[in-house]
Amino acid sequence: MAVPRFWREIPNRYNLVGARCGNCNKILFPPRSICPSCRRMGKLEPYRLKRQGKVLSYTVAHVAAEGFEDQVPYVLAIIELEDGPRLTAQITDCNPDEVKIGDEVEMVFRRMGEESQDGVIYYGFKGRLIKP
Amino acid sequence: MDVGIVGYGVYIPRYRIRVEEIAKVWGENPESVKRGLLVEEKSVPGPDEDTATIAVEAARNAVKQAGIDPQDIGAIYIGSESHPYAVKPTATIVAEAIEATPDLTAADYEFACKAGTAGIQTCMGLVEAGMIKYGMAIGSDTAQGAPGDALEYTAAAGGGAFIVGKNGSETLAAIEGTYSYTTDTPDFWRRDMRPYPRHGGRFTGKPAYYKHVLSAANGLLRQLQLTPQDFAYAIFHQPNGKFPMHAAKELGFSREQVAPGLLTPMIGNTYSGSTMIGLAAVLDQARPGERILAVSYGSGAGSDAFSIVVRDGIENKRDAAPKVLDYANRKVYIEYATYAKFRKLLVK
Repeated sequence: MAVPRFWREIPNRYNLVGARCGNCNKILFPPRSICPSCRRMGKLEPYRLKRQGKVLSYTVAHVAAEGFEDQVPYVLAIIELEDGPRLTAQITDCNPDEVKIGDEVEMVFRRMGEESQDGVIYYGFKGRLIKP
Repeated sequence: MDVGIVGYGVYIPRYRIRVEEIAKVWGENPESVKRGLLVEEKSVPGPDEDTATIAVEAARNAVKQAGIDPQDIGAIYIGSESHPYAVKPTATIVAEAIEATPDLTAADYEFACKAGTAGIQTCMGLVEAGMIKYGMAIGSDTAQGAPGDALEYTAAAGGGAFIVGKNGSETLAAIEGTYSYTTDTPDFWRRDMRPYPRHGGRFTGKPAYYKHVLSAANGLLRQLQLTPQDFAYAIFHQPNGKFPMHAAKELGFSREQVAPGLLTPMIGNTYSGSTMIGLAAVLDQARPGERILAVSYGSGAGSDAFSIVVRDGIENKRDAAPKVLDYANRKVYIEYATYAKFRKLLVK
């Protein structure tokens, strides 16, 4: 990821800032500049999503994406946030066998990777299981 | 002084490694290590954690507990000796992640283990002067100890965040005074571009830790005309379990006054987080009207002492965010090999 792109997406990656359409109230993440339902009638404004959600589905990665080699096996999940949008995120701080569909998660702030050893560090969201 | 604590928050990673596991690798006797340091285990950051991520979770907890608008935070100072970048502030990352940007001042502090409390003092000054409404001071570290060094048994990870504001209905504790004691004492250092610190062995005790901690504590007691009996609790920087207990005894504090804020035996030395997590653990249980002494220590060397009086506001606030023991008791043990991988000690 290039530095300008990472920088542009900081509000989304750090604080789950998406968009809400003032016309149909639909919440979108990542944010869009046009509401897919209302089109030109839409009134999109920045909207910070709540950090709570649940695991809709997940997979266990044994063959790592670049930069994640030290974390295998790790869990990648589709998380449905309380506000509605679904997003893909790693579930951190867990053994793969701890994760179940329907588990409640909160989105936490973690290191996502780095450009290189002397490059910029990317931070962003990961899910963490909320255990009773 | 008319400033106090509006909210506080902590974070401790969930991984732990026991003294036995480290001693096994280096052929040392775990019982004598545990007896010598009064440490059972230490926290270890996960592979996706660093000083910034620890600071963010502590800071978010502090904002949640304080119940304030983060836009009203006018200053953020982060003390650490393990900032993720050599040049590029951790403070801007945290400020962005708690939505305090852009109308604030921010900087990273470095003073071994006491840079976080130095941040509290800076925030106190700015608030008292009326320059800012709230200031946030954070101590956060993923401490480094060279493999095989005595520090490896204690160098841990964790952080604490404190929001300072003018005394009023929203302050949960008043800071009635602070006093610092600082000299040039080379007891522990890390040179530029070097991965691990070096220390003066036994030299780190008497002329370094004890001299500064005792002088700062005595200086504050003199300034405020108080005695150890006026305090319900005392927290001293805890590089291990032994030093703070000795310092307490020397000053005339009892074991009962120190035990609630002594976290190192369970989580290790969280460096810049150490005194702040200890103070948070005490605030988690203190009752209104009780007085707390907190004394940090940073090698190099210096100590900051604070006298804090708990206010009524604490009862409504302290359950709003996870407490120190919630994090301290939430743990997963790892073996040395996993620890080595997490801490990137393996050469590939």
